[in-house]
Formats: sequence, structure tokens, C-alpha cells
Amino acid sequence: MLWSWLRDPWPWYVTGPLIASFVPLLLWLGNRPLGMSVSLRAMCAAMIPGNVEFFRYDWKRTGLWNVALGFGILLGAIVAVTLLGGGATPAISPHTRQALSALGLAAPSGLVPSEVFTWRALLTLRGAICMLGGGFLVGFGASYAGGCTSGHGVMGLATLQLASLIAIVAIFAGGLLTTYFIVPLLF
Amino acid sequence: MSTVQQPIPTARLSGAPVAHAQNGALAREVATYLAVGVLFGIVIVKAQVVSWYRIQEMFRFQSFHMYGILGSAMLTALVWVQLLRRLGARTRTGDRIVIAPKVLGRGHRYWIGGLIFGAGWALTGACPGPLFALVGTGATVFLAVAIAALAGTWTYGYMRPRLP
Repeated sequence: MLWSWLRDPWPWYVTGPLIASFVPLLLWLGNRPLGMSVSLRAMCAAMIPGNVEFFRYDWKRTGLWNVALGFGILLGAIVAVTLLGGGATPAISPHTRQALSALGLAAPSGLVPSEVFTWRALLTLRGAICMLGGGFLVGFGASYAGGCTSGHGVMGLATLQLASLIAIVAIFAGGLLTTYFIVPLLF
Repeated sequence: MSTVQQPIPTARLSGAPVAHAQNGALAREVATYLAVGVLFGIVIVKAQVVSWYRIQEMFRFQSFHMYGILGSAMLTALVWVQLLRRLGARTRTGDRIVIAPKVLGRGHRYWIGGLIFGAGWALTGACPGPLFALVGTGATVFLAVAIAALAGTWTYGYMRPRLP
């Protein structure tokens, strides 16, 4: 009973507050603000600092925890998929299915469309732009803005930071422009 | 700012025990956040916020799902933060809980960086947390996306002195 409930998709009003519960947990554990972009900077600092001032800092003290969190997330995702049915295809809106099918994508299957997000697709222009170009922008933008969806969207807004409000509005604007003007060109 | 377990003061007498104590503290820190990450990973996968389909749906305003999650997460976190402040809560090591404010400055970095990040989010369907998660769900090509994100971060670091 409980098990089958756990394996079903979790509704937003359960997962939203669950995500929020990591804010007090991380503060209690060591005054860490919820966010994931710190890990990108720390990994650069650990692996390829070069002569760049941005990467010459005590990453073990202020960034390692976030890298550990990231690898924990990777492990947690394995647990979610193998034990909790986390790989199930999301029941997205029929309107979105229609819009994506108009772009030439097959009916949703799994968490990401396999036409776009596979190793083989990396060699296509669309795949390279979506994955390598998109990934580059995620890393560049999150570091420039000093935060991502969790850092600005949850932690920043919850602490009423004007900077985070600006960031989240801009993130949305960037996402909308890309969805309506760039994605149709790529697909 | 953040606090890390202090090395044992007496260990300062010689070099090796300091390194030993610090390594032990670092290992404990890594183990702790690895465990927290496992829980967070389970939650974000089960919330489906790691799905490219859900992100497309959100940017097309065709479902309440993502707005419900982000909105309720933000409001619940706001209540938590207010509670911690009012109660004068402390960390597990007894330090005061401090939330460093984001420096607003002229605000440039937030809107320019946000625009760039949002574009990347719409293309990959993944922000930094989900990048790790997607690799774990078996979409291993997100390793390549993560490497691209590191390249983006590195490029930002390199260009930082010349950016507005």
C-alpha cells in the first residue's frame, strides 16, 4: 500500500514542501544555503583552476560540500529509478504533447526525449546545440547570476532577496524566449 | 559565512596530526552531504523536475505542475526561514544560523546571468541539480552536458574581470 504509493508519481504539493525542507536541514547541518551552482565553480577549481582568480579560492572549505551533494543526487536518482519508479514517463499536458509532436518529436517516453538526448544525437547539430550549447549556457549563466533554480528560485526568494527576484524573472524570460524562438528553429 | 568543523587546537603542535584531523573532518563533511544529496536526488526525480518534458510544459504554461512545486517550495522555505529566525535557531555545532544576503550591486549579473541560464535551462531541460540526477537516471549523455556546463563555468571565471 505505502510501497505502491511511493512508486506512483509524487504530487507537487508533496514534493514542493519536501524540497523546501532541505533549506532548514542544510542550515542546521552547517549554515549552507540550498543551491547547486557552487558545485560547478568548486569542480572547476579542483580540476582546472588555471590562472583564473575566480577558481583560486578555498574550494575544500566552501565548495566541496556542494560537490558531495551533487554526487549524492546522482546516487539518489539511481535509487529513485530502480526502487521507486522514478523513471516513469511524466503525464504531461495533452497540449504540450501536441506542441512537441508538431515539432516532430515522438510521444513522450521516459524523462527526456530519446531523439535529442543520446550519445549518438550528440553528433547531430540539434543534439550538439541542445546538450553542449545548452549545458555551456547553464554553467555560464548560473555562475554569472550567482545561483540557479534552487539557489535563487527557492532559497533566494524565500529569504526575500531582490537579487533573486531579478534573477528568477530573467531566468524565466530567457527560458520563454528560447522555448518560443530557438526551439522551433532547432526541431 | 559557512562553518566547518575546526581542527583540534592541540594538534597544531606538529604538522601531520593537523592534516589528519582536517582530512577526517572533510571526510565526515563529504559523507554527510552525500547522504543529504541521496535524499534530495530521490525527491527531485520523483517530483519530475528533472524531466525535459516538464520544463517544456512549464515554459509553455500548459500545466500547473512545475509552478506548484516551485511555488510551494518557495513558500514553505520562507516559513522555515522565518521560524528559524524567530526561534534564534542554531546549527548542530551551536553556531548562529546566518544567511548571507546576495549582493545586489547594479543588478547586472542577475538579469544577464539569469537570461543566459534560462536559455540553457530551456535547451537542456536541466539546471545544475538535475544534471547530476539525470546521469543517475541512466541518461548518461548528461555527463557530456555536465562537462559543457563546467566549460561554461570556467569560461565565466576566465571572462569575469571583463564582464559588466
